Amino acid sequence: MGGRKPAGNSGAAMSEDDSGFTVAPWIMPTLVVAVVLAALIGLTAGAYPVTADGMMRALGKLLTGAAPQTPEERVLLSIRGPRVSAGLIVGAALAGAGVVYQGLFRNPLVSPDVLGVSAGAGLGAVVGIFLSLPVLAIQAFAFAGGLATVALVYAIAAAVQGRDPTLVLVLGGVVVGSLAGAAISLLKILADPYDQLPAITFWLLGSIASTRASDVWSALPAVVIGLVPLVLLRWRINVLSLGDEEARSLGVEAGRVRAVVIMAATLITASVVAISGVIGWVGLVIPHIARMLVGPNFERLLPAAMLMGAAYLVLVDTLARSLGRIEVPIGILTAVVGAPFFLWLLWRGRHGWS
Amino acid sequence: MRLEAHDLAFGYPEHPVGRNVSLSVQPGEVLCLLGPNGCGKTTLFKTLLGLLPAQGGHVELGGDALATLPRREIARRIAYVPQAQSGVFPYTALDLVLMGRTAHRGMFAGPKREDRSIARHALVDLGIGGLAERDVTRLSGGQRQLVIVARAIAQAAPLIVMDEPTASLDFGNQVVVLTEIKRLAELGAGIVLSTHDPDHAFAVAHRVALMRDGAIVASGVPSEVLTADRLKAVYGVQVTIERLTTGQTVCVPCMARR
Repeated sequence: MGGRKPAGNSGAAMSEDDSGFTVAPWIMPTLVVAVVLAALIGLTAGAYPVTADGMMRALGKLLTGAAPQTPEERVLLSIRGPRVSAGLIVGAALAGAGVVYQGLFRNPLVSPDVLGVSAGAGLGAVVGIFLSLPVLAIQAFAFAGGLATVALVYAIAAAVQGRDPTLVLVLGGVVVGSLAGAAISLLKILADPYDQLPAITFWLLGSIASTRASDVWSALPAVVIGLVPLVLLRWRINVLSLGDEEARSLGVEAGRVRAVVIMAATLITASVVAISGVIGWVGLVIPHIARMLVGPNFERLLPAAMLMGAAYLVLVDTLARSLGRIEVPIGILTAVVGAPFFLWLLWRGRHGWS
Repeated sequence: MRLEAHDLAFGYPEHPVGRNVSLSVQPGEVLCLLGPNGCGKTTLFKTLLGLLPAQGGHVELGGDALATLPRREIARRIAYVPQAQSGVFPYTALDLVLMGRTAHRGMFAGPKREDRSIARHALVDLGIGGLAERDVTRLSGGQRQLVIVARAIAQAAPLIVMDEPTASLDFGNQVVVLTEIKRLAELGAGIVLSTHDPDHAFAVAHRVALMRDGAIVASGVPSEVLTADRLKAVYGVQVTIERLTTGQTVCVPCMARR
């Protein structure tokens, strides 16, 4: 046996005491600033002019719980404020769930709706609209539909033995999702074309135009609850992204951790889909960009993707209401922005991953 | 810590791969598995690691039945170097090695400073300290294989199973890995590895098991097991086995002359 041959470029020359991260330290603060700027743009853009002074007064009213008096305060607290908060939460939630699902399924084409969350939530909401239920009930139906679909997909995957569990989950999601899609189509045909059908269509396109403060407060707790296991299990999610066998050989109970993580990400997705409808592409594209910026390590990737998703959705929503005389549903805009970007990722090749 | 397999049957319920395999590895011992492609080495390894359930017989790690141990405890006792595969995500080499420390930390914890130091030392031991911050998906197959070996070292388990650890390596790095295997065994690790090169078995193995069609056909010290006749029976080629003046033994195939 001869001496050792260094396989790297610089052999053993390296420092021992660094933290091991090569991510530029300015990225996270920059993302935080970007979110704040996006929120300010969302609050100020629009037909009614808003001053910095007015914004401070509105903030004071918000903190003290006093009722808004001036038109400026009403615009900020009742219209733009809830809408911007919804954009922040929905964007952060979808991007965060997208990061989780892509890591878990080790697939770049995966988005938060891979297991049929969106299709199931869509079906739930459409049933609610079809039955002319109140808005709150429609949201509850959407939420329940999303969770029930993923539970069904998971039950199918558990029943199919002896195959790659990840593959079975994805295929199960495709099957159950398209069944839900068929049911949605049936309800659209049966729905009242003057009243229900436009509501159904608008909901399926996704929008945070009519989001009220109460909607935001109803979604927030579920999002926070769903985030807790993701933050706690952040390192295990890294290990799980190596695949089941390697993760298990490294000491991770892959099946159990995956179940918890899927539940958490589904809870997050379903709770925001319930208030915003189906907004596509955010959970697919934002995780990619975040990975380019901070790398695949989930400890940094999750916060980065959530910040970027929040800023992105608020900006796109602001664009959606400023572009023309009528409001463009945000789901259309995210697709118009997201699809070409995704094609560019494919074009660039090189795994399409980093 | 001893690794023992008693009368093991392995494979899948509808597709058995092997049966009647018994083997044991002591601390400080290197057991080398040789056998043609498809003879069941990888399936046997996965069963030894508990990644596949045994179809018969049982495996013991340090006297405890494998099936009764939680994954975390298994990972603290036995590390795995799977066959080279390209990763999906562009983790840095250091991050990948750090994942070897998972079983030493709590459920909700990430790697600590101490783990980083262990991971870096593992990379330096293999002469690839300079790769620490590199994206593993951009490394060559051989470099990535070395990183995975470093991860097994960082896992600090008394037993290591290596599935063809030298398969994708260039000549120099094969020697690096074989040297490391020897060093780990001298430090007290029990190592099971598979290889296609009888020379590697002669170089590092204390004992050899020759596999064919899911069964061990011969086992013992390399010089007794790896005879020209046995290798011809298993691989179907004529070989010459020579002892060099340096004391090393080599195996050379005899090419048919036309």
